[in-house]
Amino acid sequence: MELHYSPEEQAFREEVRQFLREKLPPDIAAKVKGNKRLSRDDYVRWHKILGEKGWLAQHWPVEYGGTGWSPIQRHIFDEEAAAAGAPGIIPFGVSMVAPVIIRFGSEEQKRYYLPRILNSEDWWCQGYSEPGAGSDLASLKTRAVREGDYYIVNGQKTWTTLGQYANMMFCLVRTNTEVKPQEGISFLLIDMNSPGVTVRPIITLDGEHEVNEVFLENVKVPVENLVGEENKGWTYAKYLLTYERTGIAGVGIAKQALRHLKYVASKQLKDGRPLIEDPLFRARIAAVEIDLMALELTNLRVVAAAEKGGVPGPESSVLKIKGTEIRQAITDLLRRAVGPYALPFIPEALDADYDDEPVGPDYAAGLAAQYFNRRKITIYGGSNEIQKNIIAKMILGL
Amino acid sequence: MDFRLNDEQRMLQDTVARLMREQYTFENRQKFLDSEEGFSRDMWAQYAELGLLGIGLPEQYGGYGSAIELMVVAEQLGRGLILEPYLATVVLGGALIELAGSEAQKEDLLGRLIGGELLLAFAHGEPQSRYSLSEVQTRAEKDGDGWTLSGDKAVVLHGDRADLLIVSARVGGDVRDRDGIGLFLIDPKAEGVRIRGYQTIDGLRAAEISLAGVKVAADAVLGEPGQAYPAIEKAVARGIVALCAEAVGAMEVTNEFTLDYLKTRKQFGVPIGKFQVLQHRMVDMQLELEQARSMAILAAGRLNADDEERERTISAAKHYIGKAGRFIAEQAIQMHGGIGMTWEYAMTHYAKRLVMLDHQLGDTEYHLERFSRLMQGAEEETAA
Ligand SMILES: Cc1cc2nc3c(=O)[nH]c(=O)nc-3n(C[C@H](O)[C@H](O)[C@H](O)COP(=O)(O)OP(=O)(O)OC[C@H]3O[C@@H](n4cnc5c(N)ncnc54)[C@H](O)[C@@H]3O)c2cc1C
Repeated sequence: MELHYSPEEQAFREEVRQFLREKLPPDIAAKVKGNKRLSRDDYVRWHKILGEKGWLAQHWPVEYGGTGWSPIQRHIFDEEAAAAGAPGIIPFGVSMVAPVIIRFGSEEQKRYYLPRILNSEDWWCQGYSEPGAGSDLASLKTRAVREGDYYIVNGQKTWTTLGQYANMMFCLVRTNTEVKPQEGISFLLIDMNSPGVTVRPIITLDGEHEVNEVFLENVKVPVENLVGEENKGWTYAKYLLTYERTGIAGVGIAKQALRHLKYVASKQLKDGRPLIEDPLFRARIAAVEIDLMALELTNLRVVAAAEKGGVPGPESSVLKIKGTEIRQAITDLLRRAVGPYALPFIPEALDADYDDEPVGPDYAAGLAAQYFNRRKITIYGGSNEIQKNIIAKMILGL
Repeated sequence: MDFRLNDEQRMLQDTVARLMREQYTFENRQKFLDSEEGFSRDMWAQYAELGLLGIGLPEQYGGYGSAIELMVVAEQLGRGLILEPYLATVVLGGALIELAGSEAQKEDLLGRLIGGELLLAFAHGEPQSRYSLSEVQTRAEKDGDGWTLSGDKAVVLHGDRADLLIVSARVGGDVRDRDGIGLFLIDPKAEGVRIRGYQTIDGLRAAEISLAGVKVAADAVLGEPGQAYPAIEKAVARGIVALCAEAVGAMEVTNEFTLDYLKTRKQFGVPIGKFQVLQHRMVDMQLELEQARSMAILAAGRLNADDEERERTISAAKHYIGKAGRFIAEQAIQMHGGIGMTWEYAMTHYAKRLVMLDHQLGDTEYHLERFSRLMQGAEEETAA
């Protein structure tokens, strides 16, 4: 047992800090810290900065341009990046489709797509869910029929995060209807600019445009865009999900959010005293902090155990459940902390160039909206109910 | 004890229920929300016609019924998820005028209010005051026969839509004293009044209001300056009775949506309501609704009790409703999956209202603390 960071790890933390100090654009950090909207360009700029440093592809094998970092190093990076106000790395390209291409893709696919991901030339989106296929993803119906050198794709994807920015989508499609649902699914790479692809916004309950419906109507997809073998898509999709779940605990984000909560609670007044001195509210913050302390160590234990054997198994479900619950608890307390000032709904105030006088304290803008938005984190990426089913089955053998 | 509504109350309930069902469809509500005004003047006129704007107000000015009638109506308005300034105008505004106004003021203002010709807003909260009812920094200085007011009012519900503002201001005492608060009637167009209106995240309207040397004539004072606190507390109690009942209505609808979804949404070849973990969650939502309903009834029933009993019950009810409302809202969203996150789906707007009504008239923590203070028997137990 050694609960301290080694001198090498501490040196690494310093290196990350220095990099963030020098390279993280202050305007982007200000938006992140001020809970403002980020543009597509903000994300791309940050991805490119990380790419130039060689720090974008944190869990790719080194020969493809990965960092070769240990899980502890990744944890340190996450923590420091969140504390500095760096935007999260958009996972769809670098963390989701890339590991699948590296593991199962053709040489041409690797040569073509991986550099484009490292240089942030493509923006990927994830085309898994459908109106009828959410938790039961294997029941998906989007059909791909081979005709000569093409697949003709018809169907509908939904909840496609940031699909409005994407030029590429990795997509699960049905290529065989005769077999068990899991055995008739293929993994296709679809150019969003192909004729027949229509993206329509879905506005979420906080009034934001973050997810979309994607309609596919006789879309011609070249057969070389099939990853791996036909009808093996389910295996690849599951492989991808294990990657989706590394870093799922969100400890770095949660720690930053907790710091922010303490800041807000120290600025807010209750009966003329800082809210953070109120025993009831303070105890609520303390309780979340204790949960987070436990999670940080659980997270490190899980990733450390996985270090030898690759990616975490069903234990990652533990991290997903606890991580999302804690982050939701913090957004809940942030909303409460500002009292009546949680009510104003001024979406323009979340734009960086908003120069109207703020309503209430500037940190209050968007806290209620954020609370509602973060309800999503226990729904997507495998809902928390599904995660519990996984633990019951895979860990407990029930 | 008898928990049944009498015939008249049942008729009232049916009338409002029908109005909501037929005219306050979700589509219409969203149209009202997107309109310039943010609510429907036409609906307001219909409320007036049906006598709903006089609920809980004295009969001699055209009012009708008391706390139970208010509960019955507010529950149905909650089912409709209405956007009109009912709480601000009828419940809070009406109560303040009834409790603190002179005969002439009541005659004039309640008459116009009940007739649908007067919208009111209660400008009481301030940027620093959070949920405190006695923290008032806005000052009223004697100025000849009248008064001059200066200060800032925060998140004034429907403050940008009111024809008349009821503003609290300090005429004496320290910032947090109960003594020394006065109520003043201010024309929103008066010189020195600045109003910044906005939508709230649950679809209502509110405003920041600043007062810079606003002149108030002697006859625009409501009640005895300096002695307004008891009226404020009582008006807020009435507001909480209405909020609790509104919440119960919104909870009913949220649960109905969720139950229906559990029966119809299929995954893994079965309705998701077949999964026992979701069944139990739905059961918990139903239990919370029933407990909340009991608290709403208790609050209404004790609104006219003595001060201490009233306030203790009111705080207990508001605490419970806040907690239950959030639970139901969060579970409903969760069990709907992605659909529960969308603007287009009616249920999510109910969920938002259920969470946000905890930010009005004191939240769960505020009322838990207040109830703890008012809780009976603590001293006796220790002594024994
Ligand atoms: C904001 C947001 C972004 C998203 N981004 C993407 C994206 O980019 N790409 C993409 O492909 N998808 C995306 N999704 C979709 C997401 O993965 C699905 O919402 C999720 O899989 C749940 O599916 P569903 O919404 O159809 O809910 P359903 O599967 O219908 O579930 C409804 C409820 O039933 C529960 N439930 C279902 N099955 C069981 C069971 N067996 N036992 C117990 N409970 C069960 C669920 O937990 C949930 O509470 C996103 C979703 C959201 C909300």
